[in-house]
Amino acid sequence: MNVNRLEKPNDILRELYKNSWLYLMLIPGLVYFLIFKYWPMWGLVMSFQNFKPHLGISGSEWVGLEHFIRLFSEPQFFKLFRNTAVLALYNICFFFPIPIILALMLNEVRVELFKRSIQTVIYIPHFVSWVVIVGISYMFLTTEGGIINDLIAHFGFEKIPFLLSEEWFRTLITGQTIWKEAGWGTIIYLAALSGIDMQLYEAAKMDGANRWRQMWHITLPGIRGTIIILFILKMGDFLDVSFEQVFLVLNTMNREVGEVFDTYVYTKGLTQAQYSYSAAVGVFKSVFALVLVLGTNWLAKKAGEEGIY
Amino acid sequence: MKDRSLGSRLFDSANYLLLTIVALVMILPFIYVIAVSFATPEEIAQRGFILFPTQFSLSAYAYIFSTDTLLRSLGTSIYITLMGTFINLFFTSMMAYPLAKRHLRGREKILLLVLFTMLFNGGMIPTYFVVKDVGLIDSLWALMIPGAISAFNLIIMKNFFQQVPYELEESAKIDGCNDLGILFRIVIPLSLPAMATIGLFYAVTHWNTFFNAILYINDSSKWPLQVLLRDIVMLANDRFGDQSAVERSDFHPITIRMAVIVFATVPILLVYPFLMKHFAKGAMMGSVKG
Repeated sequence: MNVNRLEKPNDILRELYKNSWLYLMLIPGLVYFLIFKYWPMWGLVMSFQNFKPHLGISGSEWVGLEHFIRLFSEPQFFKLFRNTAVLALYNICFFFPIPIILALMLNEVRVELFKRSIQTVIYIPHFVSWVVIVGISYMFLTTEGGIINDLIAHFGFEKIPFLLSEEWFRTLITGQTIWKEAGWGTIIYLAALSGIDMQLYEAAKMDGANRWRQMWHITLPGIRGTIIILFILKMGDFLDVSFEQVFLVLNTMNREVGEVFDTYVYTKGLTQAQYSYSAAVGVFKSVFALVLVLGTNWLAKKAGEEGIY
Repeated sequence: MKDRSLGSRLFDSANYLLLTIVALVMILPFIYVIAVSFATPEEIAQRGFILFPTQFSLSAYAYIFSTDTLLRSLGTSIYITLMGTFINLFFTSMMAYPLAKRHLRGREKILLLVLFTMLFNGGMIPTYFVVKDVGLIDSLWALMIPGAISAFNLIIMKNFFQQVPYELEESAKIDGCNDLGILFRIVIPLSLPAMATIGLFYAVTHWNTFFNAILYINDSSKWPLQVLLRDIVMLANDRFGDQSAVERSDFHPITIRMAVIVFATVPILLVYPFLMKHFAKGAMMGSVKG
């Protein structure tokens, strides 16, 4: 209830005193955000310098857009962009629909016990770490003693180097993502589905609609809003490939198709000490992602749906 | 609803079947890993794909515990998870509570500050240098403090606190309680489903810590479980146990890796039922509307 009138300093002090405990409680959190979220944003300044740790930001030489120019002119850039974008596209085409389909399937289940059991099982992979999931797929797919390849060899075919090949990399990543997150992703769709009015189904049944038509005309339109919002969020995340996952699966053999912006930042920055350059790469990615989120949000509003902001 | 036409029943059968297959695909890899970790080398050579070993062997487990590498790592992970989650809940709730008060001046600006961090951040390199400048490199605190408050969880908690009836806080104030006391003695106990859910999510994140440890911790004796796991399973550094057991061929080497994976995963599976119980209550309420 803020009244728009010029407030005397006295009033402000009085507010502060009345709510002193509340403001005190805010201080640790504010300090946290300032130090660990906003100070690094200031640190992005290093992308305009030749940052040297012992000189710090104030001591390092200013080079302006040099690193950004380098970024855009290196052939690496196109490769990184391609790798990131293709993975994101695989994600959207192959991963995105699956939680929706699973949710629809679960929604059709009438036996509560079955539904809950299945849900319990498919949520599990979400809580397991990427190290475990990549580790398990590693053990399954390796050419030496991995069970999948043993099976393939057993049937007389040649073993496939899943983990080292460029062709399989994207499939591998997408497959792992589906395994880990498809089940968990159903939650929000199930929540949306539970909001659909049951009477619509009854009316449709009286009009003779079978299960498929019911789904097409009632269920899907009912969650259309949710799907669109989640799609927008996904678009905003477009460049955000699951870093830990890619980091774990990357090796010298699949780096051509596997290196994405985030792993490049890590490699250049922390293992090769090209701090400013990799910070510049990071800036590019963050800014691009921001533009994407705001852009897709604006688009969604234009299309008539409620946006996020 | 009595829709028992043939088409409807076929639909149902297909549905149930497919869902069962999906669930099996999700869980079979784990069962396989657990099974192999208990299998004897003879059986592995014999059968290849094992879901339930006929002969149980604990030698792989004996091996991984024969030195304290694994145990130390486990201890580190437990410590990070417990302490880290406590820090998370403490600071998140302490910040969420004032923000839940609509009458607080400056509230909107602070919320904006928080929300903005969800859209844009400094990135890996600058954050690394901040952590370095604060002196946390090679300390376990680097795994608990830089991530102390998640903006997302903060907002969920704030929404939850907003639902606590004001009369309760009012009567506490009349009894002389200050805001801090109200938070810890009234609001939090009333918000236990939310606290439990958010806490468990934070905890899982801590238990699964991998990259932050690689980034900030150079001392291998301070490695949390996931980093050790990766070292053993993917970099094949499995010589950390009693080598004489290896020489005696008590177990197939693959079993070691399986046993370590089981170790890193089982705690999550144990905590899981509790998660599900509270999750049904807590999660959906706060998350949908903002």
